[in-house]
Amino acid sequence: MIEFTFWDIVRNLLLAARWTVLLSLAAFIGGALVGLVVLFFRIAKNKWVKRIASGYIALFQGTPLLMQLFLMFFGLPMLGLRIEPWTAAALGLTFFASAYLAEIWRGGVDALPRGQWDAGASLGLHYLQELRLIILPQAFAITRAPTVGFLVQLIKSTALTSIIGFEELVRTSNAINNATFEPFKVYGLVALIFFVMCFPLTQYARRLEQRAGAR
Amino acid sequence: MGYSLDFGWLAGAAGVIARGAAMTLLLIAVTTLAGTFLSILGAVGKRNGPKPLQLAIGIYVEVMRNTPFLVQLFFIFFGLPTLGIRLDPILAAMLAMTLNMAAYTIEIVGAGLDAVPRGQSEAALALGLRPRQVFVKIVLPQALKVIYPALTSQIVIMMLESAVVSQIAVRELTYEADMLQARTFRAFETYFVVTIVYLGLSMGLRRLLVGGGRRVLGAGVS
Repeated sequence: MIEFTFWDIVRNLLLAARWTVLLSLAAFIGGALVGLVVLFFRIAKNKWVKRIASGYIALFQGTPLLMQLFLMFFGLPMLGLRIEPWTAAALGLTFFASAYLAEIWRGGVDALPRGQWDAGASLGLHYLQELRLIILPQAFAITRAPTVGFLVQLIKSTALTSIIGFEELVRTSNAINNATFEPFKVYGLVALIFFVMCFPLTQYARRLEQRAGAR
Repeated sequence: MGYSLDFGWLAGAAGVIARGAAMTLLLIAVTTLAGTFLSILGAVGKRNGPKPLQLAIGIYVEVMRNTPFLVQLFFIFFGLPTLGIRLDPILAAMLAMTLNMAAYTIEIVGAGLDAVPRGQSEAALALGLRPRQVFVKIVLPQALKVIYPALTSQIVIMMLESAVVSQIAVRELTYEADMLQARTFRAFETYFVVTIVYLGLSMGLRRLLVGGGRRVLGAGVS
């Protein structure tokens, strides 16, 4: 029987929280990159390309993230890839994030007046230049609040990767709980650590929203 | 390589999958009713209640919104028994889902209440309705109509999130999938089929809620 002092528990949880942060960052960056591609598809002029992107988004928004993670974890090895929990978790959350981010940014693109495109075209810019120089900077600017809001959701979602065996905060807390039999304290601390990570971002998103509303 | 998909097990598993789906639907039905009721109380309390109550509701909303549902579930199911409150898995799941959903819908309902013009309740009071009647018959129906789309999305999100309660051995759809794949050794196919079932459930639920909302709340609900 190993004795855990309160500080042992806290130290181990904080060490595990590094992985939660790392996974959140990886998924957010990966999700932003893939999401950008999905966004290009989603706002394309071709009807079929648009439909594929809509279907992709509907698929990820209409199924539980846990199922998506399971399919990653069990599906990728069938393609001959040796997969570890970290890979499955990072890839699963990346695709999950890409669908949500693409949809958020699409809202920003749609909110821009038609004249922005026309003005770009009249300046002689071609489609990609219009997107890069005129449309996307504005679309990102007006969707900053929901984007930060989604980052909070993503951080909370990393908890699910404990179920496919990724050693992050929740999985570590399960192990500690099994050794100490103090679920109230252990899960309370885990909730506190998540709160400390998420609450500042939530407040930041709220401030962005208010600023956008005041404009 | 050389892996070939095999769905031969599906015929014998349809009943189990249907039973799991029924449990998922039961969970979300209870959560929707209890969560909406709780969030109406919460929204009113946050607006008109005494200061300490307002503060408490504010803290509750922030805590629930900034921690993962899975941790809340573990806290309720594993943590509360140390305080002498022992819940069976289904009750714990319903409680966790309701509390989680209410934290999001309190804000939604509150926005709806704010959207009803003051003149509506003033007019109703002038007609001699009691304050409670004014709220239940005049303000609340109009507020619900405004927030219905947001409420619908939240219910669907909660249904998808309910997959997590398989972790405390509630026999819903995901739990049945876990059991099935352990028996058939066809993990990918099992989760694939169950994912499709979830997709059908979420699309069906959304359609049902929109259709039902039109009927109860009148036209203009999307």
